[in-house]
Amino acid sequence: MSIADRQPLYDADDLRRLRAARFERFGKWLLPVAVMIAMIWFWDRVVMWNNIPHFILPRPGLVLETLIKDWAMLFDALLVTLQITMMALAVAVIGGVGLAVLFTQSRLMEMSFYPYAVIMQVTPVVAIAPLIFIYVDNRTAGLLLCAWLVAFFPVLANTTLGLNSADHNLRDLFRIYGASRWQTLRYLRLPSALPYFLGGLRIAGGLALIGAVVAEYVAGTGGIGSGLAFRILEAGYRLNIPRMFAALILIAATGVIIFAGLSFLSHMLLRKWHESAVKRET
Amino acid sequence: MQSLPLGKRPPVLDMTNVTKTFNGDVVALRDMNLNVNSGDFISLLGPSGCGKSTALRLVAGLSTPSAGRITWAGGQSENDLGVVFQEPTLMPWATVAQNVWLPFRLKGKSYASVKDEVLEALRLVGLEKFLDAYPRELSGGMKMRVSIARAMVTKPRLILMDEPFAALDEITRFRLNNDLLTLKAKIGCTVIFVTHSVFESVFLSDRIVIMAARPGRVIREVSVDAPYPRDEEFRTSADYAALCREASKALQEAMGEAHA
Repeated sequence: MSIADRQPLYDADDLRRLRAARFERFGKWLLPVAVMIAMIWFWDRVVMWNNIPHFILPRPGLVLETLIKDWAMLFDALLVTLQITMMALAVAVIGGVGLAVLFTQSRLMEMSFYPYAVIMQVTPVVAIAPLIFIYVDNRTAGLLLCAWLVAFFPVLANTTLGLNSADHNLRDLFRIYGASRWQTLRYLRLPSALPYFLGGLRIAGGLALIGAVVAEYVAGTGGIGSGLAFRILEAGYRLNIPRMFAALILIAATGVIIFAGLSFLSHMLLRKWHESAVKRET
Repeated sequence: MQSLPLGKRPPVLDMTNVTKTFNGDVVALRDMNLNVNSGDFISLLGPSGCGKSTALRLVAGLSTPSAGRITWAGGQSENDLGVVFQEPTLMPWATVAQNVWLPFRLKGKSYASVKDEVLEALRLVGLEKFLDAYPRELSGGMKMRVSIARAMVTKPRLILMDEPFAALDEITRFRLNNDLLTLKAKIGCTVIFVTHSVFESVFLSDRIVIMAARPGRVIREVSVDAPYPRDEEFRTSADYAALCREASKALQEAMGEAHA
């Protein structure tokens, strides 16, 4: 009897692997959701058992209610914060990639300016922000500058690493074929850097949001056109704790969505060829 | 294409007393002389550290001789070289066709204008069905075939191969050896092939340059007097065994002289 005649035969190892795969597939989603539901339930109980007043710790239901009631105002604020974040991310990408290319093309530039890029990165943005708002009149420009300062370094560092990690034999090959500097950059170094750049971009997305929020705290001016961070401050002054929670949830959700979006972008760009995104058949 | 007998072929490249030292005192290659003629299949054979890869890098123009000259017959031109490294060295983000297109692309030629050449090169290595595959989808032997197709797609005057099959299993290596000879018969290319396998060098080449280490240098040249085409039959023939024995002996003598 040949193997082809038989029913598919699963041994203990196969079954264990199948079970593990199924657990992996559902557990990845179900477990965090279960934890969240448990936490919310526990939160609600704690408030009830201890009779905590809503201006100290609101019940989850009240937070949800506030989120819906204040949606118009909070959504406007979200759009403002999101706008700053996205603009900062865009400028971080342009600045980070631009500097990385400049640094790898010219050792002179790298030696001259790289230390200052590091200094800008290691100085906490909260400490620089007040100065920025003294010298930059335009509030949006100031916010943007703060968020950019935080976000550009991971893009710069990762892209530089990527540009320098092009395969040595391929570099030799390009030299043998007499490739110009531009051709080597365009056809070899930039594609080599793509996975590294995307890794940096994912970090920068989160940092741009943090930068925007921190800058809003420092800028502090209110009224029309203020972002979520200012709404949190303002609600804090008024002891409107439910609104603080609602705004916080929006900020956290925004961060998660940015991360997920950039991860998806990364997956789409790399899925054909890069080890990190390719599904293994076994 | 019928190859001319040795000695009647037009010259391609001439290495005269080429020496390469690093940091002034480490001699990687000493006084190498080599005439490469059109249609030659030359193996550089020797232990590691004998300067065979250094010689290849010098010919490729990736480093410059410390002394001596490398002259191309009729001067250097745009299309002197194709190279195959020990690793397939493909761009993982590009398809098979795009990888083979690369030498043309770097000369500013659009894919459409060289599509026929790219297809022909891939047909010659038996991969015409894998145009749109990515390197990671191919086996080690197939990747090496793509690399060979890329090296010959421009029909360069000289193809350099740096232990291209060393990392492959023996069955795949034998098949690629056969295919390489078939390819050479079809397009009549000139090859310098670096290897540390006596059997591979005897099977493939008509000239074997035996080299020794410390310092890297040429000990002697052996010609392999067996007619092409050579195939599986040749591999199992008594002639081949005798030639391998001869080459092994020459290598041993050379090593003996080198140590004396």
